Amino acid sequence: MSLHDQDDPALRKAQEERLRAVWEAPKGLFFRWTDVNNNRVGNWYVVTAFGFMLFAGVLALIMRTQLAVPDNDLVSANTFNQLFTLHGSTMMFLFAVPMFEAVSIILLPQLLAARDLPFPRLSAFGYWSFLIGGVFVSGSIFFNAAPDGGWFMYPPLTTRTDLSGLGADIWMLGLSFIEVSSVAAAVELIVGVLKCRPPGMRLNLMPLYAWYILVVAVMILFAFPPLIAGDILFELERLLNWPFFDAERGGDPLLWQHLFWIFGHPEVYIVFLPSIALFAMLVPTFAQRHLLGYPWIVLAAVGTAFLSFGLWVHHMFATGLPNISLAFFSAASEAVAIPTAVQIFVLIGTLWAGRVVWSTPLLYAVGSLAIFVIGGLTGVMVAIAPFDWQAHDTYFIVAHLHYVLIGGTLLPLFGGLYYYWPLVTGKKLSDRMGRTAFWIMFAGANLTFFPMHLSGMFGMPRRVFTYPAELGIGGLNLMSTVGAYAFALGVLIVCIDLFRSPWRQKAGRNPWNAGTLEWLVTPENENWGVRSVPLIESRYPIWDQPDFVKKVDEGRFFLPDAEEGRRESIITTVLDSRPIAVIRLGTPSVLPMLTAIALGSVFILTTYHLYMAALVGAVATLGFVVAWLWTGTGEIPEKPEKPIGHGITLPLYISGSSSPGWWAMFITMMADATAFSGLVFGYFFYWTIHPEFPPSGPGLNGPGLFWPMVALGLAAAGWAATIGAREVNARGGTGAARLLLAIGIVASMAGIAAGLAGPWTSDLVPEQHVYPAIVWTLAIWTSAHSGVAAIMQSYTLARSVTGRLTPTYDAELRNISVYMHFMLLTAAVTYLTIGLFPVLA
Amino acid sequence: MLTLLSGCNERQSMFATFGLTAERVAALTIFMVVAGALIFIAVMALSRHAIRAPENAISHTQGMRMVLWLGGIVPAVSLLALLIASLPLMRPLPVTAADLVVAVEGEQFWWRVRYPGPNGGAPVETANQIRVPVGQTVELRLTGADVVHSFWVPGLAGKMDMIPGRENRLVVRATEAGKYRGQCTEFCGLSHALMAFDVVAMEPAAFNRWLAAEARPAATQAAPGAALFEQYGCAACHAVRGTAAVARIGPDLTHFGARATAAAGILPMERQAVARFIRDAGDVKPGARMPTYAHMSAADSLQIADWLIGLRPTETRP
Repeated sequence: MSLHDQDDPALRKAQEERLRAVWEAPKGLFFRWTDVNNNRVGNWYVVTAFGFMLFAGVLALIMRTQLAVPDNDLVSANTFNQLFTLHGSTMMFLFAVPMFEAVSIILLPQLLAARDLPFPRLSAFGYWSFLIGGVFVSGSIFFNAAPDGGWFMYPPLTTRTDLSGLGADIWMLGLSFIEVSSVAAAVELIVGVLKCRPPGMRLNLMPLYAWYILVVAVMILFAFPPLIAGDILFELERLLNWPFFDAERGGDPLLWQHLFWIFGHPEVYIVFLPSIALFAMLVPTFAQRHLLGYPWIVLAAVGTAFLSFGLWVHHMFATGLPNISLAFFSAASEAVAIPTAVQIFVLIGTLWAGRVVWSTPLLYAVGSLAIFVIGGLTGVMVAIAPFDWQAHDTYFIVAHLHYVLIGGTLLPLFGGLYYYWPLVTGKKLSDRMGRTAFWIMFAGANLTFFPMHLSGMFGMPRRVFTYPAELGIGGLNLMSTVGAYAFALGVLIVCIDLFRSPWRQKAGRNPWNAGTLEWLVTPENENWGVRSVPLIESRYPIWDQPDFVKKVDEGRFFLPDAEEGRRESIITTVLDSRPIAVIRLGTPSVLPMLTAIALGSVFILTTYHLYMAALVGAVATLGFVVAWLWTGTGEIPEKPEKPIGHGITLPLYISGSSSPGWWAMFITMMADATAFSGLVFGYFFYWTIHPEFPPSGPGLNGPGLFWPMVALGLAAAGWAATIGAREVNARGGTGAARLLLAIGIVASMAGIAAGLAGPWTSDLVPEQHVYPAIVWTLAIWTSAHSGVAAIMQSYTLARSVTGRLTPTYDAELRNISVYMHFMLLTAAVTYLTIGLFPVLA
Repeated sequence: MLTLLSGCNERQSMFATFGLTAERVAALTIFMVVAGALIFIAVMALSRHAIRAPENAISHTQGMRMVLWLGGIVPAVSLLALLIASLPLMRPLPVTAADLVVAVEGEQFWWRVRYPGPNGGAPVETANQIRVPVGQTVELRLTGADVVHSFWVPGLAGKMDMIPGRENRLVVRATEAGKYRGQCTEFCGLSHALMAFDVVAMEPAAFNRWLAAEARPAATQAAPGAALFEQYGCAACHAVRGTAAVARIGPDLTHFGARATAAAGILPMERQAVARFIRDAGDVKPGARMPTYAHMSAADSLQIADWLIGLRPTETRP
């Protein structure tokens, strides 16, 4: 190891100048918003999500005021229904999930000593999508047009256009847009955790927050797509009158409930696990020792995630299920308490074994644990179906879920705020105000929500805009209202504390004396992240590795310079984190913002039935995406490799299954396949509820066997051509590869037509019955995928023709091969289902 | 203790029980609450001790053993025990072909109720009140006419959803006579909060007499209200058996005056209140399908209310 180069202070200073210049944020009234660096985008994200939380909190205060006394008429039923729908939807979709992603965008590169996330422009795109969609959805209440069907939007109340207005469309389309950005962020976080760790940080040395990011992002990846599938069916019913949830035409309202809760229950853990992750970072810091039982807490988190996908039916105990389902889902719901308990006792054990340094963040952690435990225990109660039949959809559930979310999301986030504020701003918040706020919020939360257990058991249903005096629950409700205002006062104190921060002194570096990598950050918080990317040998390197901080700061580890003036990051292997490449990261650009605006316009214009304008937006979106990819990805480097220090030289280009792009495509397609399986689930769900499926009669016959099989054949041809192109291109056959890609494009285009020809040429009227509707949906889904395949093949062909894709530099071809595998799978499932299944059934 | 817990509310509380299922669930609830409170106290005491303990108060091995026992084994065993104890409650009460079957349909924002006719006669339709005989098993067949509703009488049994296109069954057995209340618990639109009903548990003999009386046509006499009812077109939606009104869009009003409350459990059975509802249903109950009669005079509405309140089967007339 030759370290002597870095002994020269002049050299170090020159390196720092270069890094600073390369990572400098764009300036100017407009251009500052084109930044893509994780620090800046993460901060915007956090502030925006925090703002939505305050907004939803104000909605809650209005509701509590209305419910303070029986038979109140402060707000109308109409307004009240908008209030609770928007309160729940905002807290879940615009606060809890985005806040997790926002905090992760700030923290993950620091935790991994990476300079930025692998796709900085994708973070920026996610942020702008979130902002546009969030303002669209939440702003609707100022026009008395907010969704009013409750946050789970049960049809047929919400799908019948005579019973629900524009609000339902705003919910579906606005939040679908945000779900897309949530999935985009999840893709980025997963790739970040798997591919951007520092050398030596094997999976079992990862900071726990990174583990939880991985777990939660994977959950988002599998939980959101079923909801997106549900949203598609929902909007097809609302906009085109396709009867997916209309019982009179063969639909079933319960399908929505299944799709919603397959998303909705994991969602609970998606917003709760990040809090345990925060605890798992700050508890070791304040116990001044390693976390006790690292493998246990990791396995428990994975176990919780796994189980959380098997519990959704406990939200549907009262829908009239068979006994065996009740017993199974009761048992599964009880079982999830075990990994949760393991995580909590690991934290308690760490405090027990360590030397506890009492602090404001720890106060928040312990206090929220107390609240969460109550929510967990009432959760065990409602997991028992017979008790749930009483508690379901009453204020007992309102109490339970708020104990879980305040103890498991909100207060931990405030704890995290006090803990990580120095990391972001270099300054500490006030301990005195923090503790005062904590105790007021703690008392307020209990005063608000504890009486709700009783008012629920004494007969108060959820989502009532008023209640009669004769129920005798006026006193309990008044307590809840007083508590809500107390809680709001606590939040106000936190806000005042935050506003006073700019006038405070900088705290020292690593003020809590923590042991994990994120605390390498200096109070100046340089955009470059870490001065040099360290070699990791411990879970708590700052505590355990000798002279660690000094070595990082003096650039004695890897990649201490930016000689070529490019933003760079090291790519490592998934399991053992061996460095395999240096990649050039995206720089500030207006394209992510433009893409978000264009895509947002598609969703927003569709809400108002402005389909032609929406189509223009869609074309613009495609244009911006292609421009973004063409100019910002797959760049052939000016030299094949570069040294990163310590005699290690890494390639500057990477393609195939070890590259971040390949992983991003693979992960995105997992989400895509999950959404698709939601639609296929729909087809077979209808089969189970109908004695005769497919039904017979005019308008119901199709799509026949011929066209589906032709479409499947064309999909196979498109797949084979692409894979063939990849192989011959790798062997130097550029011309043959181009020819094969052209054949692939033709096959994919023909596949669009053949996919739609089945239902088009046969007697299938989608408005008439759910069978033709679901067949059309599957065919359109798959044909749309053929269209995307054609676009990808054309793009790759263009890259090859313009010399941007060569036998050596072939990332695009390898990435679209992943897409084509999933495309073939989708086509096989769709066309065998709609073509062959009616023959068999 | 249960009476104490039910607070001031004796009519719509899961602790003011008058049904077999609700009694069992209430007992299970008390048990779970007590056990939960003890667990909570134990976890908090342990946390407090853990925070105050000096460094290395427990070794790594001891700590991991604690995680294994308190996080794994103890919860697993106690949750399994709880699950097994609750399994019998998941099975519905047994029914025989001889048991009474009552059909209840939820509609925005009221309840259509149908009993089998006494002595094999035509079914008896009524609205917004359920009567059940004490000590007998009753099977409720629950459907939703327009959107999803949920049928909940907390003193009798847990709730069951009413879903369009499906028929759910809820088997109940009342144990104590009395007057109770139930309410819709699945959000069903603007007036979800205003969709309640009366529940009366009666001795079987009294129940049979009531059903026989309920099956009779309305005890109507020539009254100004009757004429106004016809004149304003009320019969386009409502039925009053024994008169020309036979429509089934809105609630059956045959023995309207015998019900404890009006407008699905939200108004007292009293002339001013009923008259107000007749004139401006949308104001009392937003989103209700009953039209507003802006041009109807207060006097007319009072006449109609008087006539309707007078509609009681002979037996229940005071």
